[in-house]
Amino acid sequence: MPGLGTSLGRGGATTAQQDLSNADAILIMGSSMAENHPVGFQWVIEAREKGAKIIHVDPRFTRTSAMADIWVPLRAGSDILFLGALIHYVIENNREFRDYVVNYTNAPMILREDFRDTEDLDGLFSGWDGEKKKYDPESWLYRGSPVKAGDDDNKPGHAESSGGHGKDRGGEAQDAGKYQEDRTLQHPRCVFQVLRRHFSRYTPEIVERFCGVSEDVFLKVAEVFTSASGKEKTGAICYAVGWTQHSKGVQIIRTAAILQLLLGNIGRPGGGILALRGHASIQGSTDIPTLYDILPGYLPMPSSEADSKKLTGYIGKHSSRTGLWSGFEKYFVSLMKAYYGEAATRANDWGFDWLPRITGDHSHFGYWLDMADGQLEGLFVMGQNPAVGASNGRLQRAAMAQLKWLVVRDMVETETASFWYDSPEVKRGELSPYTIGTEVFLFPAAGSAEKAGTFTNTQRLLQYRNQAVDPPGDARSEAWFMYHLGRRLKKKAAQDFRSRNHGLRALTWDYPVHGKHDEPQVEDVLKEINGYAVRDGKQLKHIKDLKEDGSTACGAWIYCGVYPEEKRNRANERHPNDLLGHGWGFAWPNDCRILYNRASARPDGTPWSERKKLVWWDEEKKEWTGLDNADYEKHVPPDRPAKVHDGHGTEALGGARPFTLHPDGVGWIWVPSGLKDGPLPAHYEPLESLIKNPLYAQQDNPAVNKRARSDNRYANSPGDPRYPYILSTYRLTEHHTAGGMTRTLSHLAELQPELFIEVSPEFSSEVGLRHGEYATVTTPRSTIEARVMVTPRMRPLQIDGRVIHQVGLPYHWGYRGQVTGDVVNDLLVISEEPNVRIMETKALLCDVRPGRRPSGAQAIEKPLTKERLT
Amino acid sequence: MSVTAFLTDSTLCIGCKACEVACKEWNHVSEDGYDWSGYSYDNTSALGASTWRHVKFIEETPVPGLGGNASEQTSWGFSSDVCKHCEVAGCLEACPTGAIVRTEFGGVFIQPDVCNGCAYCVVACPFGVVAKNHGDGRAFKCTFCYDRQKVGLAPACATTCPTESIKFGEISQLRGEAQQRIQVLRQRGLEDATLYDATHTSVGGIHAMFIVRGDVRAYNLPPNPEVPTRYLKKGWMSAAIAAGLLLGGTVLAFLTQPATDAR
Repeated sequence: MPGLGTSLGRGGATTAQQDLSNADAILIMGSSMAENHPVGFQWVIEAREKGAKIIHVDPRFTRTSAMADIWVPLRAGSDILFLGALIHYVIENNREFRDYVVNYTNAPMILREDFRDTEDLDGLFSGWDGEKKKYDPESWLYRGSPVKAGDDDNKPGHAESSGGHGKDRGGEAQDAGKYQEDRTLQHPRCVFQVLRRHFSRYTPEIVERFCGVSEDVFLKVAEVFTSASGKEKTGAICYAVGWTQHSKGVQIIRTAAILQLLLGNIGRPGGGILALRGHASIQGSTDIPTLYDILPGYLPMPSSEADSKKLTGYIGKHSSRTGLWSGFEKYFVSLMKAYYGEAATRANDWGFDWLPRITGDHSHFGYWLDMADGQLEGLFVMGQNPAVGASNGRLQRAAMAQLKWLVVRDMVETETASFWYDSPEVKRGELSPYTIGTEVFLFPAAGSAEKAGTFTNTQRLLQYRNQAVDPPGDARSEAWFMYHLGRRLKKKAAQDFRSRNHGLRALTWDYPVHGKHDEPQVEDVLKEINGYAVRDGKQLKHIKDLKEDGSTACGAWIYCGVYPEEKRNRANERHPNDLLGHGWGFAWPNDCRILYNRASARPDGTPWSERKKLVWWDEEKKEWTGLDNADYEKHVPPDRPAKVHDGHGTEALGGARPFTLHPDGVGWIWVPSGLKDGPLPAHYEPLESLIKNPLYAQQDNPAVNKRARSDNRYANSPGDPRYPYILSTYRLTEHHTAGGMTRTLSHLAELQPELFIEVSPEFSSEVGLRHGEYATVTTPRSTIEARVMVTPRMRPLQIDGRVIHQVGLPYHWGYRGQVTGDVVNDLLVISEEPNVRIMETKALLCDVRPGRRPSGAQAIEKPLTKERLT
Repeated sequence: MSVTAFLTDSTLCIGCKACEVACKEWNHVSEDGYDWSGYSYDNTSALGASTWRHVKFIEETPVPGLGGNASEQTSWGFSSDVCKHCEVAGCLEACPTGAIVRTEFGGVFIQPDVCNGCAYCVVACPFGVVAKNHGDGRAFKCTFCYDRQKVGLAPACATTCPTESIKFGEISQLRGEAQQRIQVLRQRGLEDATLYDATHTSVGGIHAMFIVRGDVRAYNLPPNPEVPTRYLKKGWMSAAIAAGLLLGGTVLAFLTQPATDAR
C-alpha cells in the first residue's frame, strides 16, 4: 500500500477497528464495509450508537449505506474529484487543524523552483518523459534536498522492474531530512500553498457536474466530515478495494491521507485510515510477502537493473540518514542471518549474492502474460483460483494451457485445477483436453481449522490459531508442503555443486517436526520471525535489539517482539483488557494499536484534549505512556530538539516528529520521492471512461501500463458507442472472493445461489430488461449472462447534463461448486497501475442487452465485440 | 434456570445472515434449495422446516444525502425473523401427540422423535413459522437452542450476531432493555421505532420480541396475532348448542309422535 506507505510511513491501516467506536464521523468510501467486513462493522455501529455520523460514498446503495446517516452515490472512478473537493473545502474554509499541520506534516516545506504542477502542464507533473512513459522525479524533491546518486532511469522507487511494495515503507530513501520551510505556510512554493493551487479547481460545482453528486449533498458531507477534526474531535476513513482497484488507486488513497493529515486525524483515537483488507492475512502476505518485489518487513528485493549488484550499493540506496530506515542494514543483515545462519558472514556479504534478482515484471499479470506467450514452464497455485478470480479470465485460462505442469493445492478441485476439461473454452470448443499439454497435479490442502499458524489481519494484528482437528486423508498444511518440498530440494542441491545451488545449500531449513506426518512446528517459525541472538539463541524482545554485525537473526524486523521469550507467544494471547484490545494478539510494531500515536499529543507532550487523549509524556517517569504503546522512542522527551538536517538515526528526529519512518519525521502531504505517478494526486479518468477528463488534457493516468494486446483489448476512451454503460464488480457478504470456498458449502451457496446484475428501474426500461429474466453483458474481453435484479438501490446519475447508467456485478461464480454461474472476471481487462500493478475493476465500460448469451460453438462464431444496434 | 427470550433489534441488523448460517450449522439443518428468488438479497425466502432463522430484506427507494439510518427513511431494512415461542402457542395446543412441549426456559419445543407428521401445528401457528419437512413429513422449527440453553449457552444465532442485533437473556430484563432502546431511538428522531411484543393479544406474549421501524406488517409480523384455540370455546359452545338442539329435537320428535296405527 504505497498510498499509505509514502504518506505516513507504513503500508498498513493506521488504526484498529475497535477504535472506530471513538470516532465522531466515519467516512466509508471505496468499501462496503458492512457487506465485506461485517464483524469489524460492529464498531462502526457502536460509533453510530454513540452519536457519530456515518457517511457512505458508493455508486450503489449497499448494506453499508443502509446503516449510514448519509449515502452519496457517485460516478465510479471520480473519487479523486470528490476527495480533492473535500481538500479544497478544508483549505478554503480554514478547516485544517493548524497546529497539527504545521508541526506534524510537511505542509511548511518549500519546493524546488523547477517543479511544475498539473495546473501548469495540463495534467502532467514536471519530469514526464513521453517516450519512456515515466517520470524523472527529481524536481519533486524539497528545495535543498540533495539528490541521491544513481542511474537516471533508476531513481529510487522508479526502477522499471520493481513493483511498489518496497515503497509501502514510506517512500524511497531520498534525503528528505534536508529542506527549507515556512511555518507560517505563506511561502508561495511551500507545500501548503502548492496544494491549495493544485486543488483550486476541485470545487463543489465540479463535483456536481462530474461525480453526479449535488452541491447540497456534497456540502453536507464536507460539513459533517471536516467538523470531526481539531482538539476535541476526530474522524476516520475506511476504504477497501473500491479504492485500490483503479488505474490510480494509490493516488486515491493518497488523497485520503492528505485530507486526514490536514484535519489532524492520524495517530489519534477515533481517527486514522483503516485499509480494509480483502481477506484473511492479506496484510500478513505483504508483511511476510508472497510478492516478488519485497523481502519480509518491506525490504526491497534487489533488482538486477538498479544499483544493487553489491551489498554496499543496495544498503546505501535503501537506507535513510535519519528515521527508522537508518536501521536498514540491521534489518537486512538480521534477515540474512535468519535465512542462511552460519553460512552468512561479513566476508560473503551475508549471502547477498544468493538472493534472486528481479529481472522484469514478475507480478501476477506480468508472469501470466509471459505464460500466455509460452515463456513459463510450470506454476504452483496455492490459496488462489485465478481461472475465475483474476482479470480477463479467458486469458488466464488460455495461459495455463501453455504450461507443461501446474500444481494446485486447495481444499476442493477448483476451476484452476479443472480448466483443462470443463472451462467455458472447452465447452465452446476453443480448447480441448486432447490438445492441452499441461499436466495438472492437484494436492488436497488443509482447512484453517486443520492447521496451526497466524493470520495478520486488516489492522496489523497477528492472531494465532490452534489446530482443532487433523486434516482428512492426504490433506496437509501449507507449512508441511513447503517444508518438505524445501527439504527435498535441499537434498538434491547437496549433490549438485553448481553455483546456483549455493544459496539453497546454505539455507537454514531445520524446523522440528511432530505428528505422524512430520508436520513442522509453526511456532518455531514464528520464533525465527521474531528473531534471536545468534550466540545463545535467546529470543529478541524489541526491534532495538537488532544488530548489523551478524549477531542477531530476525525473519521480519517489524514482527520483532511477537515471541519475546520462551513460551510466550503473544499472537496467541487471548485476554483483551481494554477497548483497543491489548492482550488479544500482537499488533506490529511493538503491539501499537494506533500507529503514529505520538501525534495524539501536542508537541509539548500533553494530550490535545482530555476527550482525545491516547499517548502522552509522563514527566515523572520520563517516558511516553497512555492507553496504547507509544509508537515512538519511549524515553525521548518531547522537548528534545530535532537534528534532521545533520543528525543520524532515529535520535535525529527529536521529541516531536511522530512519523518516524520518514527521514523528516512528519506526515507527507507531499511525497517528494517514491511514487511513479506524481507527488500529489490528480484526477484522471478511468482507462475506459464515458467522458473526457473535465480538468486536464491528460485523459488517464499517464504512467499506467495498459498491457493492451489482441487478447486484452480495451474499449475506446473517452466514449465508445459500443459500450455505453459503466460496470463495477464487487462482493457480497454471503460469498468469499471468487467463491472457491463458499460455492462449495451448501449453507452459503443457498444464500446467493446465482449470478445477477443490479440495474436501476430507469436503466431496465431503457434497455428492455425484465426483473428475474436474463441479461447479456459484453466488454471487449468477453460476454456473460446474469439474472436481472431491478432495484431502486441503483440509480442513474446526471453527469454534465446527460444521464449515465452504472450497473453492478458480484463476481463470486464459476463453473464448479454447488452453485455455478458465468465468470464475471472474464469481462475485466488486465491493466497495471504504475505503483502496485493492480488492475482496474471498479470502473469499466460494458454493453447490456436483454436475453441469454450465445453458448457452445455459437459463442465463438459470433464475435465477442459487436456493434450496438441503435 | 430462568425464563429467557430473544430481542431482535432490526435497527442494528446489517443483513449479513450469519444467524441463519450459525443456526443451520449448530442444528444440522439442511440447505433450503438453490433458488434465486429475485426478492432483494433474500433467497431463503421464509421461515420453514429447514430455515429457523430468516433475515428479511425490505427495500424502499433511497434518497441521496440520506442513508438508511437517517430518521427520515428506512431504505433497506433487515430483520432476522424467528419462531416467537408464544405464551399461548397455537402449535402446542393443536398437537395431538404431545410432541410439542414447553421447556423450562419458556420456549416451545417440538420433540422430533414423538412428532407423527400430522401437521396440525402447521396450520395452528399464527405466524406461519412451523413447517413440514419435505423428506419425512415431520414438523420442524426453531428449538430455541434447547440443547445449548441446557448447558448455559446462548442460542447459536445470538452468539454469532456481529452487531448484537439479536440479544438473548432473561425475559423481563430484556423487556426493560427494549423499552429503553425505543426511548433512545425516538430521541434520535426515529419516531417510527416500535417494540413488537404481542403481550395483549391472544398469544399472550412472546419469547422473541422485535424492534422495528414503521408498519410491523412489512416485517411479516401480524399486528394482532390470533391463536386458533381462542375460537375453541366459541366452537365448543356452538357445537354444544347444536348438539343440544339436535338432542332436544329428537326427544321432541319422539314425544310429539302421534299415536298412529298400532297395527
